[in-house]
Amino acid sequence: MATDAPLLELTDVRKHYAVSGGPLGLKTVGAVRAVDGLSFSVRAGETLSIVGESGCGKTTTARLILKLEEPTAGAISFEGRRLDTLDAAGLRHFRGSVQAVFQDPWSSLNPRMTVGRIIAEPMIVQARLSRQDRQDRVAELMTQVGLRREQAELYPHQFSGGQRQRIAIARALSVDPKLIVLDEPVSALDVSIRAQILNLLKDLQDRLGLSYVMIAHHLATVRHMSHHVAVMYLGQLVEIAPGRELFRRPLHPYTQALYSAALSTHVGRPLSEPALKGEIPSPLNPPSGCRFHPRCPHALAECSASEPALVEIEPGRRVQDCSCVRRLISAAAK
Amino acid sequence: MSSAPVLKVEGLVTELRSGGGSVRAVDDVSFEINAGETLGLVGESGSGKSMTCLSILRLIPSSVGRVTGGRVVLEGTDLMTLDEAQMRHHRGRRISIILQDPMTSLNPVLRIGDQVGEAIKLYRGLEGPALRDAIVDGLRAMRIPAPEQRVSAYPHELSGGMRQRVGAAIAMAGPPAVLIADEPTTALDATVQSQLLALLKDVQRETGLAILFVTHDFGIVATICDRVAVMYAGRIVELAPVAELFANPRHPYTEALLRSVPDLDVDVERLYSIEGQPPALDDLPAGCSFAPRCAYARDVCRERGPPRIEAGPLHHASCWKLAGYGD
Repeated sequence: MATDAPLLELTDVRKHYAVSGGPLGLKTVGAVRAVDGLSFSVRAGETLSIVGESGCGKTTTARLILKLEEPTAGAISFEGRRLDTLDAAGLRHFRGSVQAVFQDPWSSLNPRMTVGRIIAEPMIVQARLSRQDRQDRVAELMTQVGLRREQAELYPHQFSGGQRQRIAIARALSVDPKLIVLDEPVSALDVSIRAQILNLLKDLQDRLGLSYVMIAHHLATVRHMSHHVAVMYLGQLVEIAPGRELFRRPLHPYTQALYSAALSTHVGRPLSEPALKGEIPSPLNPPSGCRFHPRCPHALAECSASEPALVEIEPGRRVQDCSCVRRLISAAAK
Repeated sequence: MSSAPVLKVEGLVTELRSGGGSVRAVDDVSFEINAGETLGLVGESGSGKSMTCLSILRLIPSSVGRVTGGRVVLEGTDLMTLDEAQMRHHRGRRISIILQDPMTSLNPVLRIGDQVGEAIKLYRGLEGPALRDAIVDGLRAMRIPAPEQRVSAYPHELSGGMRQRVGAAIAMAGPPAVLIADEPTTALDATVQSQLLALLKDVQRETGLAILFVTHDFGIVATICDRVAVMYAGRIVELAPVAELFANPRHPYTEALLRSVPDLDVDVERLYSIEGQPPALDDLPAGCSFAPRCAYARDVCRERGPPRIEAGPLHHASCWKLAGYGD
């Protein structure tokens, strides 16, 4: 079936940033490996969430998918076409097919534009529809995201945070995208508003068959929204799995640490300080071998020697094949 | 746990200047905290959580607003009756605060040892080698690794988690009887957040510190708080022991809020969502402020403020539904 082909596919994607130094800052003295060998795919109608601590490379990954950055190595394909080979028409099609909703609706909407103009802008850039048809489409989109069409004449400051995020979603939808990158879509919103936006995103996915790549840190929200969850650490995937499987049985020690640090809303569960030591090291000089080994509570001597590969252990589930992970899996199986 | 509360807030009212008039950002807020206890203060932005904290510390600039009513009794002294010099004797020393963003609350051009030292010198009068030792001890008590070296570091050389520990070392310099923690972990990663929460609980066990923990995260509330006060539009709408609040929320706002938060271990098809948004303080509805969003609201809710109902031991909520709508 055609729908089994991935909509988005990343193959061994790397993004390194040169770090200059020396007397006049003219020499390249190293590279920050923000993203270092990332492979995953997203299918139509699915949500893949990327989780990990700040500095793990999830935002760089989002920027690479949006083609706001070019990978240093590796390939990103959308609908089977590599992004680095797109011609002008192909690029225009891509820009219409992939949209983004950002964390902060206070800074992501132009304060000098009316909401109608903000929502119409992608259509103008894409040269779609006549002026009158665009206005009709704006009205339709506003209704679709739960705003009133009369509000098109207002400016962003006249809306609350939740309403602004609805405006950002309407803007993303205006060019009928297939994939929307959601960068922490609710973390700037009030608690009582978050459920409204999450429900809206899910409804739109069901109705329009959208795919989402969501970056988020709140694991309960991730579990609720995602079909697949990718866990990143220092630019690499340590584990990727169907969402429910990942939370039911986190396998990699880093996933386990993230899970144990997520605070449940069940009273009386003891505060388990993660067995994790210290904080995330610099991606400029990542540790040798398994990048997680200096913080890993299960690390063995050999963990610093060889870099573990990501292997598929169940359908749709891949985890870094580290000796300590193997030991954890066999211990769990007993 | 001693029987007399360390901090007792009674009928606190804070009015902020707004246009030509004023709005009540804190409206008749009352609670108490015992030694060794953590009270969670939960609410959305604009609900009055931070204004309550600043009012208790008398840190609201007169150009912004002022406390117009109520008492704040710290260890038997009503802070509201003190002059500024007397207040300075208590603020920081006996009641201190740790803020959300350690990057802005620390001075970027001073070494962290000097910043911790400034507080210790002021509160405990130490000088010279004794002060230097106390600084290192203070950093060590907050589990900052290699404190002897870190004293000469600048804030930007530390990670977010370490900066927040420096903030905690300053807050604990007194040492205080009451610590106000105003969303101290919001800017931190989850693993670093758990480390800081565990640290605060350990410090509390060792010192009997009373903590007022401001947050909007029910995960934090469930994990570290003993009792919880829920604020909405400047008022405490419900206050209960934490297990009681989660198992038996009585105020419709608390109930709806708890239902709208996704759970780490339970799958739901669709989240419960509260329609509308919190009211603006300069445009509060008549009667109960939550009535326009409340599934149970009746006429009386939109006309008169709700009565406070005792819902169980140490549990009260302000709602007409609990009062049988006044019938």
